Amino acid sequence: MTQPLIEIRSAPHVKAAKSVETIMRHVVYSLLPICAFYIFQYGISALASILVVTAACLLTERTLISTGTQAGRLSDFSAVITGLLLALTLPPGFPLWMGAVAGIVAIALGKALFGGIGFNVFNPALVGRAFVQAAFPTAIASYTPSFLAGRFTEFIPSSLALPLMMPATAADWLKAKNLDALAGATPLAKWKFDGVMANADELLTSLSGNMAVGPAPALILLCGAYLALRRFMDWRIPVAILGSAALTAWVLFAIDATRYPNPFFMLFSGGLILGAVYMATDMATSPVTPKGMWVYGALIGLLTVVIRYYSGLPEGVMYAILIANAASPLIEKVTQPTPFGRGAGIGRKRASYPLNPGYISREEASAVTPKKRFLHRKPKK
Amino acid sequence: MNATVDIWDEFTEGIWRQNPVFVMVLGLCPMLAVTVSAVNALTMGLATLFVLVCSSGLVSMMRKLVPKEVRIATYIVIIATFVTVVDYIIQAVSLALYEALGAFIQLIVVNCIILGRAEAHASKNPPIPAMINAVGMSIGFVIGLFALGSVREILGAGTLFGVSLFGSNFQPWVIMVLPPGGFFVLGGWLLFFSWWARRKQRTQAGRTGEGTQHA
Repeated sequence: MTQPLIEIRSAPHVKAAKSVETIMRHVVYSLLPICAFYIFQYGISALASILVVTAACLLTERTLISTGTQAGRLSDFSAVITGLLLALTLPPGFPLWMGAVAGIVAIALGKALFGGIGFNVFNPALVGRAFVQAAFPTAIASYTPSFLAGRFTEFIPSSLALPLMMPATAADWLKAKNLDALAGATPLAKWKFDGVMANADELLTSLSGNMAVGPAPALILLCGAYLALRRFMDWRIPVAILGSAALTAWVLFAIDATRYPNPFFMLFSGGLILGAVYMATDMATSPVTPKGMWVYGALIGLLTVVIRYYSGLPEGVMYAILIANAASPLIEKVTQPTPFGRGAGIGRKRASYPLNPGYISREEASAVTPKKRFLHRKPKK
Repeated sequence: MNATVDIWDEFTEGIWRQNPVFVMVLGLCPMLAVTVSAVNALTMGLATLFVLVCSSGLVSMMRKLVPKEVRIATYIVIIATFVTVVDYIIQAVSLALYEALGAFIQLIVVNCIILGRAEAHASKNPPIPAMINAVGMSIGFVIGLFALGSVREILGAGTLFGVSLFGSNFQPWVIMVLPPGGFFVLGGWLLFFSWWARRKQRTQAGRTGEGTQHA
């Protein structure tokens, strides 16, 4: 009686059960240990900062989805990732109201304006950070050392600034704790403005304390490795970024060791590891072609080192990633792989697609059918 | 009766339906450059009002004398004359303000609202409607400038017309007095007005009946 069922469907037939929601959820899981260690380093100020920034991101996302201006659902976890990453890039004592501003800007300007999840051109967390860096340059540069005594019972005073009001300076507070003002500088700022180098194990784990470092690089690498092994993230981008940054720094170090710091310091100070593992690998803003990923990563690494060495800013990861985000559609276009069967050689053609694809603006795409195609060569007669 | 409606129509065109800033998106260069504070914005708006009204009147009076081939050059000469007048007046009244506005007073010459009005309206209409339309347009421009300037001054310095709003402990948003702040605020206002216009359209469509529901 049972009839053989013939199921007809189109390729792909073998696929992994990975949805956007699964990937995002695992990224959040992998961020949790980093956040936990960050809170252990900086105490309740860091905890409050993470909670407020993430809540601001989620509320903005919720409002904009319910007004119908943005695609996506709250349960896809992407706003949580934006919030957590944004909080990790801000100083632990960053005033909470400024953190909320950063979160709102990150989602509204960095994501909703472009149409929501998957449509954003720039990494939303970095858009939020770039905005507050331009708006509040003093607050975003005031770091406090990690592992202070009493960090679980008392807030860093600048955290609790009233909305729209200037935060208290950390210098007096640090002096009361018998620390000099230099303790509040990040390793990069110390190197750039005072010529003091931090040593290796402090940078890697930041366990020795009294250092104004961000989240621990060693832990980020470990969590990143988990994501890469589970294929939730492409390993090529972080490898390309770190490789190119190390190479550039090493060449400069070899030329003049007194002027430039060693490549190890370049890799593990500042936000390079966090940026390379979690920010640059954002799927919507990085190229999908393997060759493109190498180019994209190399560009970020190079720009980071150039900005750190030759500009007025101590840290350059954020702008490097944002610039590379802007370049990534172009990188993708010029690194299109040759389709199977086209072969290599003289008659080789690249896959091409219209210069104004439909997803940029639906009205435009339906009104004008693109006639000229980018990189399209006419067949020879 | 009909004539007064037309006059009223000419006047309100620039304020709302064809607002130079929020609907036509013209004159963005002075818009973004001088709106760091509300005072600068108002001065710029009033200077533009003077130039626009005077040049519209003169262009309209001369519309039958000027040959078509040289009309743009003629308009520019007329506009430049009034800009020079305004330039000297501001310099005489307040040197500080003159220095704050910088080259943007002279650049009113190339403000596309003024040339656009001369070409599109004043050269085709008698002087009175042309000037009334110019007044409406300038008021629309002043509203736009003030909307931008007040937000940027409040967030960028915590003051409005130099009066402190939040006390001395206010944290200024440095980005608001920088060029990107101008773009952000302008974008915000454009978003707000297009949302408003669309909502108005929707309520009007709802009022006219069910026939438009599927449109």
